[in-house]
Amino acid sequence: MTIDALLFQALNGLAAASGLFFVAAGLSLIFGVTRIINIAHGSLYMLGIYLAYTFATRVGGVLGFWGGIVAAALIVAAIGALIEILLLRRIYRAPELFQLLATFALLLVINDAALWIWGPEDLLGPRAPGLRGAVEILGRRFPSYDLFLIAMGPIVLIALQLVLTRTRFGRLVRAATQDREMVGALGVNQAVLFTSVFAVGAFLAGLGGAMQVAREPANLLMDLTVISDAFVVVVVGGMGSIPGAYLAAIIIAEIKALCIGIGVVEFGGFRVNFSKLTLVAEFIVMAVVLIVRPHGLLGRAQGAIRSVAEPEEPIRPATAALKFLGLVVLGLLICLPLFAKTSPYTLVLGTDILIAIIFATSLHFIMGPGGMHSFGHAAYFGLGAYGAALIVKFLAAPMLGAIAFAPLLALAGALLFGWFAVRLSGVYLAMLTLAFAQIVWSIVYQWEDVTGGSNGVVGIWPAAPFNTATNYYLLALAFAVLSVLLLRRMLFSPFGYAMRAGRDSPLRAEAIGIDVKRVHWVGFAVAGCICGLAGGLFAFAKGSISPETIAVGRSIDGLVMVLLGGIQTLTGPIVGAATFVMLQDTIMRQVEYWRALLGATILLLVLVFPAGIVGGIMARYAAWKSR
Amino acid sequence: MTTRRHVLQFAIATAIVAGIAAPASAQGTIKIGELNSYKAQPAFLDPYKKGWELAVEEINAKGGVLGKKLEIISRDDGANPGEAVRVAEELITREGVDLITGTFLSHIGLAVTNFAGQKKVFFLAAEPLTDKITWQNGNPYTFRLRASTYMQVAMLMPDAVAAKKKRWALVYPNFEYGQSAAENFKAMLKKAQPDVEFVTEQAPPLGKVDAGAVAQAIDDAKPDAIFNVLFGADLAKFVREGTTRGTFKDRTVVSLLSGEPEYLDPLKEEAPVGWIVTGYPWSEIKTPEHKAFVDAYMKKYNDYPRLGSIVGYATIYSLAEGIKKAGSTDTDKLIAAFRGLKVPSPFGPFEYRASDHQATMGAYVGKIALKDGKGTMSDFKYVDGAEVLPSAEEVKKLRPAAP
Repeated sequence: MTIDALLFQALNGLAAASGLFFVAAGLSLIFGVTRIINIAHGSLYMLGIYLAYTFATRVGGVLGFWGGIVAAALIVAAIGALIEILLLRRIYRAPELFQLLATFALLLVINDAALWIWGPEDLLGPRAPGLRGAVEILGRRFPSYDLFLIAMGPIVLIALQLVLTRTRFGRLVRAATQDREMVGALGVNQAVLFTSVFAVGAFLAGLGGAMQVAREPANLLMDLTVISDAFVVVVVGGMGSIPGAYLAAIIIAEIKALCIGIGVVEFGGFRVNFSKLTLVAEFIVMAVVLIVRPHGLLGRAQGAIRSVAEPEEPIRPATAALKFLGLVVLGLLICLPLFAKTSPYTLVLGTDILIAIIFATSLHFIMGPGGMHSFGHAAYFGLGAYGAALIVKFLAAPMLGAIAFAPLLALAGALLFGWFAVRLSGVYLAMLTLAFAQIVWSIVYQWEDVTGGSNGVVGIWPAAPFNTATNYYLLALAFAVLSVLLLRRMLFSPFGYAMRAGRDSPLRAEAIGIDVKRVHWVGFAVAGCICGLAGGLFAFAKGSISPETIAVGRSIDGLVMVLLGGIQTLTGPIVGAATFVMLQDTIMRQVEYWRALLGATILLLVLVFPAGIVGGIMARYAAWKSR
Repeated sequence: MTTRRHVLQFAIATAIVAGIAAPASAQGTIKIGELNSYKAQPAFLDPYKKGWELAVEEINAKGGVLGKKLEIISRDDGANPGEAVRVAEELITREGVDLITGTFLSHIGLAVTNFAGQKKVFFLAAEPLTDKITWQNGNPYTFRLRASTYMQVAMLMPDAVAAKKKRWALVYPNFEYGQSAAENFKAMLKKAQPDVEFVTEQAPPLGKVDAGAVAQAIDDAKPDAIFNVLFGADLAKFVREGTTRGTFKDRTVVSLLSGEPEYLDPLKEEAPVGWIVTGYPWSEIKTPEHKAFVDAYMKKYNDYPRLGSIVGYATIYSLAEGIKKAGSTDTDKLIAAFRGLKVPSPFGPFEYRASDHQATMGAYVGKIALKDGKGTMSDFKYVDGAEVLPSAEEVKKLRPAAP
């Protein structure tokens, strides 16, 4: 590779960096002020490019293209403001992270809305009027539109910095990022501030999307591809730091361009294709940065977040009535095979629900009482599933042996990743767990010889006597009950209280002699281990597994289950998992636009039960009792 | 406020319970379970669905099969193998379908193939391309309609060899389909032209190609020819960047699937003229069976067919012919009937091979051309799948798990 080629690839990287920066800047602003993890941010980006396409093709010409980009960004800003006013404003008082559930539902709804409006085909916009061609640089042709993008990055960066440092609005945004309660106490209208910040963030996402209209086709997969990239950039740069986001975007884009530029290299007989590294490059960067600098490149430690939600009650052992109810439900579940004679599918669905319950309960164990919001819990599910599948494939292990091995491999993974993760807190911890999950995913995805690559492993079926739906269901039920009781028992042990003490007040916990990091590390490992069991059961229930068992989607499903049920209760994840799986199964069968319907249902549940289903029921029960 | 909330809660609970309640079942129909990733791959699967709906309508208008009407119970598989297996199970146990068909993504096709083998259910894989469905992981219960990755590459091979280029660059999406297409291509070309040199290989992640950098890296490697496996949004990005940067100038480009309307049409007037591709030039095919299909399709939908439409249409006709020949929907009889089954299609008649359960439905190979500001194909010919598939003896070695 010549030095010219290298420099030229660096230019390519700069153009890509600008695109990344716009979405990331918006996400960073929104998170900084409102503390909302906006999963729907990628959807706003996608709307931007679709709208810009519509303007560019319907209006046409210079006005349609350039005017269309601005118009698209403005419309997306208005949509963002509406989302904040109509939806998010109603749930700011909900427990932490709950807003994530609402934005996840929005993602589903917006995706189906885009399909309905713009149709299924990819829509490639026209080339930019005035910047159609290429200019000659270093003896190579460089698209002039990319030069425009390279220039736009710093222009938007400087504009944003000026607004943030020189205007009253900017001061308020910075103040709210540091201590939003104090800003409210000083008489600033928080509602207006939050709405306008959300609108500005949405504007940047829409602008970022709209400017891509000349480079790539608008398509329905963009929302998810963009959102993970944007999160990585924000976290690497440091939450809330706009220059950090720009720096991170450049680093990530340059590393990718370099990997592509290097291409295939021979190392003494070994052929390494560096372009394949682009699959995971950003997550490796994120993991390294977070381990070395726990608050990102230019980020600072976050100000204390005083939760605006009701303070959480300590957990209490089940009352006699609840124990009785639990026994009745268990009795019914054991008898389910008798009722299921006429519809054997009930058992198949039941098995899936039980697996989801183990998955969600183990995630809740660290998320709720542990306060560690893992965004990569699927890693341990996947390690369990692959552990079981591979030991069957290569060592022909018996089924129960394989299911026993599943939690062990997951435990090993959780011990390793947890050691790094518990050193961080809040959203940085969440993102580090996500990075680890993505790294595991990409290894599984690419290691064709061992893991079967993207196709996964097939042919892992349960052995007799578990090869009938009934017996496998009962096996899953036994494991689910054991897991739930074990996790529950741990939460009521001194260890469980120590874990919660470490969450609520790390300083005081340390002062009374609790080694918080160590306690959290053990908690993380236990959760990973139990989650691995769910993965092992999953592998045999389906007969085959693929890298999807580790993908981001499954981690998000887990978060949705926990939040849907109620993060502050112990039965929440059980109810949430059962509700989510049943909803998905039912809705997917009913209508063509099932994503929109699923999203709308979750939105409805969010608005009706702002503390999760169980949380809502308990609050109402308490209110009724005290009346 | 509280009462309103209670009413809402009750309504939600009722809705959930109502959704789980048992479905209605129709009498005197042949029930076919169909599952596919409709929401994840709408560009291909929307026309596919239209295709099979047309076929069902035509067949039922003529009285159905064995005196019974066809009833398709279609489901979204969530683009996820775990869910697909559950959906397949639901179709069989709850809906009581006689056989299953569908799937698009390779890993889902493989998972359902394996499921069919385990549960002894007849499965016709409609679209997944991976060679493993009929070869390494093939089983007696699974047949596949669409031409596999190996076949698609083999169809392009005569033109790739005839180009007589020494330095080749490869670009493919980084998952099984792309990898196996590239491996097949390298192996076949090396055999036909031992002095060939592969100067670079770019394997960007699926759906996330950094098109500018990739096009540049290929240009910097100074190849004489390029083999491309990118499709969908990746292809559109790559074509636009490569054209602007002059990556394709004076180079032969051989490209898989790029002549299919699903992937070619979004490029509009920027369709890369001269690329040698497999595809489906629907407006240029003049055979009577194809014309009849296009007329019926345009009449029903007021839209032109894509390749997906052909696949959906031919899937249902395959099943109808197979059931007719078997005289029942009994799994063993169906398998016996499908081995060597001859099916008419808009592409002409084809056959399900007894040796590896692969259909011989071929594809059109030609050059991308522009007509009225839209991409199409010129100098094309139909390549029958039977011409490019390995012989029955060779297949036996590739297919260890199934007779």
